[in-house]
Amino acid sequence: MKKRNRPSDASTAFYNNPENRAVIYQILALASIALFTYFILDNMFDNIEKRGITTGFGFLSSEAGFGILQSLIDYDESDTHGKVFIVGLLNTMLVSFVGIILASIIGLLVGIGRLSSNWMVSKLCMVYVETFRNIPILLQILFWYNVVLASLPAPRKSMTFLDSIFLNNRGLIMPKPLLESGFIWVFAAFILSIVAVVYLVKWDNKRHDLTGKDFPVFFASLAIIIGVPVIVYFLSGTPASLEHAALKGFNFRGGITIIPEFLALSFALSIYTATYIAEAVRAGIEAVPKGQKEAAYALGLRESLVLKKVVLPQALRVIIPPVINQYLNLAKNSSLATAIGYPELVTIFSGTSLNQVGQAIEIILMTMAVYLTLSITISVVMNYINARMQIKGR
Amino acid sequence: MAIYGKLEARKAPSNTKGPIHWARENLFKTVLSSILTLFALYIVYIIIPPLLDWMIFDATWSGTKEEIVNEGARWIFIFEKFNLFIYGFYPPELYWRPNLALAIFVLYVIGFRKINHTKVRAFIILSFPVITYFLIAGGLGLEEVGTDKWGGLVLTIIVASVGIIASFPIGIVFALGRQSHMPIIRTISVIYIEFIRGVPLITLLFMSSVILPLFFPEGMEFDKLLRALIGITMFQAAYIAEVVRGGLQAIPTGQYEAADSLGLTYWKKMGLVILPQALKISIPNLVGSFISLFKDTTLILIIGLFDILAMVTLTNSDTNWLGFETEGYVFVTMIYWVICFGMSKYAASIAQKFNTER
Repeated sequence: MKKRNRPSDASTAFYNNPENRAVIYQILALASIALFTYFILDNMFDNIEKRGITTGFGFLSSEAGFGILQSLIDYDESDTHGKVFIVGLLNTMLVSFVGIILASIIGLLVGIGRLSSNWMVSKLCMVYVETFRNIPILLQILFWYNVVLASLPAPRKSMTFLDSIFLNNRGLIMPKPLLESGFIWVFAAFILSIVAVVYLVKWDNKRHDLTGKDFPVFFASLAIIIGVPVIVYFLSGTPASLEHAALKGFNFRGGITIIPEFLALSFALSIYTATYIAEAVRAGIEAVPKGQKEAAYALGLRESLVLKKVVLPQALRVIIPPVINQYLNLAKNSSLATAIGYPELVTIFSGTSLNQVGQAIEIILMTMAVYLTLSITISVVMNYINARMQIKGR
Repeated sequence: MAIYGKLEARKAPSNTKGPIHWARENLFKTVLSSILTLFALYIVYIIIPPLLDWMIFDATWSGTKEEIVNEGARWIFIFEKFNLFIYGFYPPELYWRPNLALAIFVLYVIGFRKINHTKVRAFIILSFPVITYFLIAGGLGLEEVGTDKWGGLVLTIIVASVGIIASFPIGIVFALGRQSHMPIIRTISVIYIEFIRGVPLITLLFMSSVILPLFFPEGMEFDKLLRALIGITMFQAAYIAEVVRGGLQAIPTGQYEAADSLGLTYWKKMGLVILPQALKISIPNLVGSFISLFKDTTLILIIGLFDILAMVTLTNSDTNWLGFETEGYVFVTMIYWVICFGMSKYAASIAQKFNTER
């Protein structure tokens, strides 16, 4: 039989050969992208020259000249735009970190609550999810900031908790821990107790595998992690004290002030993202086949062991990827802070610095690079976790 | 000698059905459950009655601003500014034009299922954006209305619709590109998709509003709205591409092989065999992506466009109507919630329908 329609067949025209076609298409695609890039870059340099915009990253070492509402490192107006970038980056990380912790807690509780056999609880959790998921995050941020926090009383009429925590329209004011040099011992004790707990867990697993005997690891670990540092704290002569805030004139002095922008942003982000985490948790738990649970009970396992050894390991495999995706979304959504002026990366660097320097291209590309690095890092970590958590066939 | 009497039949236990049984099973089965029920009831108690009081019973529904005595919501503010919220600065005598566009849209949606000719359907789909554009922007004998006058809910809907319509074909192309066997095409698609998905929408909007004008020769002016639309379309296309890719991956290899063995060309294979199936199974996710886009349109207020959310601040800058932010935000929240919730329920019902077919 004659072989027909093979790439090497002479009867096919050169341009009808699929392999040749693929090459041609790809060359065309590359050429058009190169042409387009040349076109925009050419125009860009033209425009930059005509408008007299400076280029390069020299602005990073020039003086910023504006103050920043909240900074984790020492910053004042005479610092550079480069430092503004760092301050913004740290503030982004701070609000994302707090938001992720809060969102995980709320999301976990609500996700489990939706599966509760208690009708009232599951319906309440459902209403929470359906309400906050369907309202734009920006609207929620603005609502918290412009309505809820703006309606708080003035400093003189602050809401007071335990005589040391104050909530007013300037923010949440808390006592500031003052650490003396002896506190290093407490810190060291804390690190050591964590190491001890790691070994305890390993020892318990080994003993359990060998003898089947149980040891109350959770409570023992809790006791070690809390107990040891507390004992060291008192042994080293209570090397820490609290600086209480006090009302002086129209405002509070001392203590730590958490600015309302931060409160609004972290509340809105965590409440919004928690709805998605709750759905992921629910989907993950529901994804574990009923038979798995029944089989575990049939083996005579206690309810806590069924959860710990059978349901959770399987559910986590489904839960973790979407949840990490939501963490990423939360970090990206923290850029909406620019609408209420919380000083994170987009607000102060792509906002204030950009307005002063006018070098839009460098600044926006730098901002994008930060988020892109974060996304790529997280997806690499996620792929690693995914690969580790895959069910290994035996 | 024992005397056997007839015993009365026992009554059916009262607690195996009915509301009391239900409450025992679902609300008070264990001590923990009872505590949780009481806690949940307490939460409902501290939220719902004050909310209802504020929104309905203590609210001011009519009269003028000076007559307000109630403590609740002052909805007269919304009634007063209703047109701004919905139409923005669109000339009042021309309100019929966006209204007509909406009416045509509804007619098209209702009529669409009853038409079986492919060409008529294609005509409907392609003609709608054109008709809407001329209706809202003017031209062809209608008075022109500049995009600076567009605002409110109308602008929100325009941005969301243009975003979804324009990003759809681009997204499909990138999805196909990512699945392509040609390494360069695949690389280009992956870079585009991962770049866009890795950065926040707000930085893309900044880019399209600040950097984009630098990319084109001087004198080529871009409208502010058009720049926002370009940013949103680029953003949405990457997400659509990922949704469609999910659909493409769900199609069994046999379908590709069958199309190949029929001798179909690549585009015929995709257009007639693969994409119709892939798009059909991605509809729920596409609607989900559209809901996200609809919520994300609020970001255009940051680059200075007046969508419905921006109207809250704008209406409150009227010196006669200061301090009505709460009513404004609640009103806008309700509009977004109704639209997004409706769409998500619609998506869920579609997913259900597809499930039973399988």
